[in-house]
Amino acid sequence: MTDELFTISTLIGILHSCVRLATPYLFASLGETFGQRSGVLNLGVDGIMLMGAFFAFYVVFEGHNLWVGVLAAIVVGMLMGLLKAFVSVTMQALQGISGIGLYLFGLGLSSLLFKTLIGSVEGVSGFRQVGIPFVSDLPGIGHIFFNHNALVYLAYIMVPVSWFVINRTTLGLKIRAVGHNPEAADTLGVSVNGVRYATMMIGGALAGVAGASLSIGLQNVFQENMTNGLGFIAVALVYFGSWRTVGVLAGSLLFSLVNALQLWVQALGIPVPSEVAVMMPYVMTIVVLAFTARQIQKPAALARSYERGE
Amino acid sequence: MNTRAHLARLIDALLPLLAMLIALLVGVLLLLMLGTDPFEAYSALIRGALGNVSGITQTLTKATPLLLVGLGICIAFRGGVINIGGEGQIVVGALAATAFAVMFDELPGLILMPLTLVSGAAAGLVWGGIPGLLKARLGVNEILTTVMMNQIALRLMNFLLRGPMLDPEHVAAGTSIPQSATLPESVWLPRLVPRTLFHSGAILAVLLALAVYFLLWRTTIGYRIRAVGLNPHASRYAGIPVPKYVTLSLALSGMLCGIAGAVEVMGVHHRMLEGLSGGYGFSGIVAALFGKLHPLGAIPASALFGALLVGADKMQRAVQVPSALAIALQGLVVLFVVASDLYVRRRARRRVGSDAQDMPTLTDEEVLAEDAAEVGEESGSAPDQEGREENP
Repeated sequence: MTDELFTISTLIGILHSCVRLATPYLFASLGETFGQRSGVLNLGVDGIMLMGAFFAFYVVFEGHNLWVGVLAAIVVGMLMGLLKAFVSVTMQALQGISGIGLYLFGLGLSSLLFKTLIGSVEGVSGFRQVGIPFVSDLPGIGHIFFNHNALVYLAYIMVPVSWFVINRTTLGLKIRAVGHNPEAADTLGVSVNGVRYATMMIGGALAGVAGASLSIGLQNVFQENMTNGLGFIAVALVYFGSWRTVGVLAGSLLFSLVNALQLWVQALGIPVPSEVAVMMPYVMTIVVLAFTARQIQKPAALARSYERGE
Repeated sequence: MNTRAHLARLIDALLPLLAMLIALLVGVLLLLMLGTDPFEAYSALIRGALGNVSGITQTLTKATPLLLVGLGICIAFRGGVINIGGEGQIVVGALAATAFAVMFDELPGLILMPLTLVSGAAAGLVWGGIPGLLKARLGVNEILTTVMMNQIALRLMNFLLRGPMLDPEHVAAGTSIPQSATLPESVWLPRLVPRTLFHSGAILAVLLALAVYFLLWRTTIGYRIRAVGLNPHASRYAGIPVPKYVTLSLALSGMLCGIAGAVEVMGVHHRMLEGLSGGYGFSGIVAALFGKLHPLGAIPASALFGALLVGADKMQRAVQVPSALAIALQGLVVLFVVASDLYVRRRARRRVGSDAQDMPTLTDEEVLAEDAAEVGEESGSAPDQEGREENP
């Protein structure tokens, strides 16, 4: 049976799943990158994702357009980001712990709303696979890369877009300045708190879409705690990727590849202790962090709140 | 200390209660928006948690793991590190305790019971110690590693409960509920109230709270843990080996969570099963924060959050308001408590000279990482510095 894993069609299937399953990781960790580059650690991504997932699902469940669902997830994500910004930036609360608060709030509220407004596990028809004309017909590669739903394409488009915004725009320059040396940025007239509010809302919006990509893109259901800690992984991926969008992309693909392998191994009924296999990316992340913790250039003001001197 | 300072301290102490009150008010708004009667829901919650003997014993049973985890969180915080790995540490503690008790069930109870507890504690110690060591030696952010260790622990549990540790009786019967064999009766913690789940682990937890208080405020080790938490740079200057104490605070923190897992198995379930950690790793953080990161403050705080969890379950059954409300309320309490810290800090700064700097410098946890990394490097090149200790 192990042979089945190594046929061409299975390999193509696994890689297709890998590209597809990276979607929520990408949205969430790209969003987190904006926050961390500006010096704010948002550990509540998982809670925001759950809220985004619920609202996107609920809107679609009520018969609205899929894109309205995505919009709902963006709005809810931005509101959650606003809450986080208020607590961490304005109230200068300890960032790691306020993130846990945000996580618990999102986890509890999304479950509460789900049980009250929907009640049981229902399905919706989410985004469908759309082959990109011409290229999707290419043998192998076409199916792997160009036969996905709209949110998957959007996630990959966000990689260069995020890179461009962070590295080639004025906003990006301000984000990096605020994350690196808030005092200096403040002296030059950049509103430190303003920039951090902005990145929290960008990050919130992307985390919301990450949730939506699960509930109306990949799984097409909503369940309590359906993210299963994915948002926490997204935070770690930002460290893993050394605060660079390309690194984040690599980390996302690593986690989704293992997910895809697990999915296919189960589907083919190969008796591999998959629980052991799925531990590997977490172990690897720890190892990578251990080897790189000293070399990587992290935003110097990460997780430190800024208060103007009096 | 003058009256104003007393008043200020009183306000600081009452802030968590105020945070709770605001969270409950937000809960009222939520319930109103969802078209349920908030008065009915809250009264069902309170009645469920405290209305009768059964409710009170359930509350105290839930409070036990919360207190143990909360104590662990207190130690970590006081040492200037954040332990988000409570869930994983509970799981490995419970797994180790179960494996040990099942494997050596022939031993007399007098020996087996303490050893079962110790194996749970040891597993937690290791699970917390690894992130501690990584932080102290290599400057790896402990928030990330504890989160990863949670995921690894959960995977390990799924694997063990479906394979090596699966109940042999279940295997024989052909059913496959992922749970372990029953623990030998000799390690069951005695029940304090007959026909309830309330067990003597609660007494152990309170004793440990006293022990943690003693450790942190009456011993050199505790003094150094707190010194490192307050100011790692000054501590290093004073000759305290910072990396050692960073590792120690996370390891001790993990140990208490490991004990929580062992106690849950020995006192409540009498076997290891999925979902045993039940979010205590996070709720324990809430309880610790609510108790002002003081081991004795954690006692009433964990009772309160135990009541909230039990009451929410009862509320769900009685008036069909989902118990998830309790989780959302906990989240709000955390957000309000940490947000109100700003006022505590600002006032503290104004009354410098009194005992203003009693709380660890929580905001500067990243400084510690860098500092610890630096110290790690130095002690790596000059090992003789490592062993040097001075009395503070």
